Amino acid sequence: MAEKATGAPAARPLSPHLQIYRWPVSMATSIAHRATGVALSAGTVVVAWWLCALAAGPHAYGAFSAAARHPVGQIILFLFVWSLAFHLLNGIRHLAWDIGLGFEVRTANRTGILVIALSLLLAIAAFAVAYCAKGLQL
Amino acid sequence: MSVQTPLARVEGLGAAHSGTGHFWRLRIGSVALVPLSVWFVCIVLSLIGADRSAAIAFLAHPVNAILMALFVIASLHHMALGLQVVIEDYVHGEGSKIALLMLNHFFAWIVGAVCLFALARIAL
Repeated sequence: MAEKATGAPAARPLSPHLQIYRWPVSMATSIAHRATGVALSAGTVVVAWWLCALAAGPHAYGAFSAAARHPVGQIILFLFVWSLAFHLLNGIRHLAWDIGLGFEVRTANRTGILVIALSLLLAIAAFAVAYCAKGLQL
Repeated sequence: MSVQTPLARVEGLGAAHSGTGHFWRLRIGSVALVPLSVWFVCIVLSLIGADRSAAIAFLAHPVNAILMALFVIASLHHMALGLQVVIEDYVHGEGSKIALLMLNHFFAWIVGAVCLFALARIAL
């Protein structure tokens, strides 16, 4: 970036960015892929906590279970499951692109919408199954 | 007619000096994670509300313990490579970028060590 002698950036118009462009499906899924990837990285700590709690004993496992049953814990778990479902499905979409499949705009838009819908459906179904199996108490 | 030196052409690493190594390792991890993630979602669904002894009995089975170890290793490998790209895209200060790239790999190794130790305690 060109700067004046004072060091302050020149006040030029900036190129339009996320707030300006409309959101095509592929842009939304691309951003969501990165965001869910970062979220899942944080999720690895939860998996580590779960395994440690299992190994450590009944007291530690009780603390983990209580946190998982808490409404905030349930929301975090739902976001974790949805992130995993989305990143998995959209990752398969990326692998298809890598071998040259599905690049046409119509196809890419359709698979994008499909991935968003399927990931939400999967996450909701996963929680529905879990709740039904445990009689509405996770 | 290429302007590359013969050595550069033989090395085949291109302008970033790393070739397709990062790309390829990220893909290997993602292909492995397709079946492993499906397995993980299924076991989390069946175990998250279960009592501790049932969860331990499940993970103590050799097949499940090995699959869990593979899921943890493949996930953290894939995570380190993915977060590396995020850091390289958004962090521009040379010092903070190098520090974050190191912390990124330390994070993956520490979480991995903790997970595998806990898994060994459960399974052995």
